[in-house]
Amino acid sequence: MKSIVYIIIGTFLGIVLYKSEAASWFRIYEMFQFDSFHMYGIIGSALAVGVVLVQLIKRSKTKSFFGETINIPNKEKAFTRYLLGGILFGLGWALAGACPGPMYILTGAGYWPILIVLFGATVGAFLYGVLRGKLPH
Amino acid sequence: MLYQPWPWYVSGPLIAIIMAVLILLGKKFGMSSNLETFCSVGGAGKFTDYFKIDVKSKRWNLLVVLGSVFGGFLGAHVLSPNPAVDITDETVAKLQGLGFESAGKAYLPTELFSLEALSQPMVWVILLVAGILVGFGTRYAGGCTSGHAISGLSNLQRPSLIAVIGFFIGGLIMNHLLFPLIFGS
Repeated sequence: MKSIVYIIIGTFLGIVLYKSEAASWFRIYEMFQFDSFHMYGIIGSALAVGVVLVQLIKRSKTKSFFGETINIPNKEKAFTRYLLGGILFGLGWALAGACPGPMYILTGAGYWPILIVLFGATVGAFLYGVLRGKLPH
Repeated sequence: MLYQPWPWYVSGPLIAIIMAVLILLGKKFGMSSNLETFCSVGGAGKFTDYFKIDVKSKRWNLLVVLGSVFGGFLGAHVLSPNPAVDITDETVAKLQGLGFESAGKAYLPTELFSLEALSQPMVWVILLVAGILVGFGTRYAGGCTSGHAISGLSNLQRPSLIAVIGFFIGGLIMNHLLFPLIFGS
């Protein structure tokens, strides 16, 4: 039963990101060229609503649908990992024109070469797991 | 209306609602941690303890991935009679200058994302390197667009702001400095 809920959420996410064109390589290029407000509008309006919803959930001390206490953990304090990791991610995001969510979505849409990107991303995650002891965080 | 591209002021709030529903289910909105789960499922725990995780506890997020694949299918094949993305004329002109003739006519550039394009070894290299950068970078930074730009910033987390600034530094370097070298010649 719970499984169905997650599949439906994912399906909805897939439709929203595809139909908003946030999963389009062209929109990512356009965003980094500052040629259109579209992507900034998506991220900005998601944040405007997101900040309010997160604050409401935190302050009302709402329980989860399953009756558990909701805990939204703070991100671990650091600097180097966020900046360096972020820059590497950004280089890849602009080149692939897709972040992880859209990679799955574009697979479903039938753009098969995205599977090479997804394979590379999995290899990248593996490399991080192996090398993380040697990296500055 | 449903079949046209969805405007930003509809899509953005819907993404925030998806995040909130996942929080209310006791989970979080983050797509890149699934890449680590793939590694764990594939046996990466043999190489480092980092991947020795309880895969069962990540099952819910794999189901979100499964759903998003299905959602991508519906978005592309049921809800979009016209796949062309209406990017601005300036963007189209810039992309044509870089050799992307499909700009303004397709959802993804056919120069990179068609089966014909895969006859060129350079395209394989570009797609693979792009993927490795995304996967490595997102795990190093501890999150991607969903985990940092949406979830983290919605929770007013300074680390997420640093990561998002990093995303843009990297994206701008790639887009403005490296694209002309990679595609321009």
